[in-house]
Amino acid sequence: MTAPSPSLDVEGVSVAYPNGHLALHDATFHLGSGTICALVGVNGSGKSTLFKSIMGFVNPTSGSVRISGLPVRAVLKQHLVAYVPQAEEVDWQFPVSVWDVAMMGRYGAMNFLRIPRAVDKAKVEESLKRVSMWEFRDRQIGELSGGQKKRVFLARALAQGGRVILLDEPFTGVDVKTEEAIIALLRELRDTGAIILVSTHNLGSVPEFCDQVVLINRTVLAYGPTAEIFTEANLTATFGGVLRQFQFDQSTIQDHDGRTIRVLTDDERPLVFGKGGHLEYKDRREHAELLEQRSVTDD
Amino acid sequence: MTELLIPLHYDYMLRAIWVSALIGGVCGFLSSFVTLKGWSLMGDALSHAVVPGVSIAYILGLPFALGAFVAGLLAAAAMAFIRAKSRIREDATIGIVFTAWFALGLLLISLFPARVDLKVIILGNILGISDPDITQVISISAVTLLVLGLKWKDLMLFCFDPNQARTLGLRAGMLHVILLSLLAATAIAALQAVGACLVVAMLVTPGATAYLLTDRFGKMLWLSSAMGAGTSLAGAYASYYFNGATGGCIVTLQTLLFLTAFIFAPKHGMLAAKRRLRLQSAP
Repeated sequence: MTAPSPSLDVEGVSVAYPNGHLALHDATFHLGSGTICALVGVNGSGKSTLFKSIMGFVNPTSGSVRISGLPVRAVLKQHLVAYVPQAEEVDWQFPVSVWDVAMMGRYGAMNFLRIPRAVDKAKVEESLKRVSMWEFRDRQIGELSGGQKKRVFLARALAQGGRVILLDEPFTGVDVKTEEAIIALLRELRDTGAIILVSTHNLGSVPEFCDQVVLINRTVLAYGPTAEIFTEANLTATFGGVLRQFQFDQSTIQDHDGRTIRVLTDDERPLVFGKGGHLEYKDRREHAELLEQRSVTDD
Repeated sequence: MTELLIPLHYDYMLRAIWVSALIGGVCGFLSSFVTLKGWSLMGDALSHAVVPGVSIAYILGLPFALGAFVAGLLAAAAMAFIRAKSRIREDATIGIVFTAWFALGLLLISLFPARVDLKVIILGNILGISDPDITQVISISAVTLLVLGLKWKDLMLFCFDPNQARTLGLRAGMLHVILLSLLAATAIAALQAVGACLVVAMLVTPGATAYLLTDRFGKMLWLSSAMGAGTSLAGAYASYYFNGATGGCIVTLQTLLFLTAFIFAPKHGMLAAKRRLRLQSAP
């Protein structure tokens, strides 16, 4: 059986909380299957609310969210929406192992008593192996590093067979190697037709792996292909005064080659403009490796 | 040797021992969920909030467990309502509601003194438990054990990651209500054994002790149930010799077990933490 190719349609969604706070107003965007999309905005811009409406936790006061043309509640019953939470949302001292957490992805497919069948165990094994966490399966989840914890929750989404996968700040507290591994896995999932929506502050990594971007500040300000949407002008409008800007030219850089480099950052990894567009991933990776070598030499 | 069997020759002692063990086991089972969900204060609140329900049930001639259960759920609903509709924090909300319910209960008891014995509600009276009360305890225990036994994995997921439960299409709101109802019902059963003041110990201490002893939820359930049942059985039995309050004996035993785990637990005890620190700081 082939995995279904989903679509995600958010149409004019507004969400007001019972205390009267309007968290989201008339948000609209559409994503087709096989997409990695970044959801970018400041804290309090409505990213979490948008996630909650896609997961069916809050009902829009107006507008609709449809997945493959169906209302969210109908899709939840098919277990097609998977969620990878932020590290802060998880009780890491909870007495469950890596295996237990990944198995939680299968609960929807199990019987009333949630007794794992051979197929559930096989799926969990395959998922843990895919994120290189199989040998850690008996560890309590709090005993893992930040990157390993993320991979376990990603394995849970894989075991679930989610076709719309929501990741909340997946790169916070994660080392460069794990980040690369996660990105590689997300690309594999995209190639199977899944929709991956990544809420991130990590502006620098967005052009590396996201095909689409949704810029949000209480409403969707712009959405579309990363190369078109992820521009200085749009980001400045999205972040307002929160985004820091640095400009480097011959007055600030020794041996300058004549080009002006602009850096936009909200204090995670900076986004660097300089060669008529975003700096290539390769350049920045080389830079990161150089910094790592220096720190080793310094030690 | 025969002296050790003396309590077993008395019918009221035998009943007290096995009813205590049953209540202790059920409370112990539930205590794993209560401690991990962070509902310890809620358990305390519900055990006090059932008091006006008991008074009203006695006044109206209804089964006291029914009144207590309704009062407990109304208190939980009032807490949820105030929390949703105001900026007051959860701990303050719980404090306000359960004292209000308890005060109403005291008022009713003082207005109708002949109907209800306040001392029984506050301190419990397992030695004098009546047959209808035993039937109530058995019914509550059977329902609680059945629901927990069938749905413990769903409830574990709800305690650990309610959002994942929702994305899988499980009804997290329903699981919340189920856990809260079981908590209210079990608090009522425990009221018989140890009284309103000590119910919270039965609903928290075995779970907290088991939490120090294992990193697996399934094992934690077994440990907390066994400790709850064992300490309640031994506490009720020992109270014969001490001639002391049964509730006091049970909870003191539970506290001793907790202190032992707190100090000596192989991985999460105080000594283990010190040992780890010493190994880490060693060159």
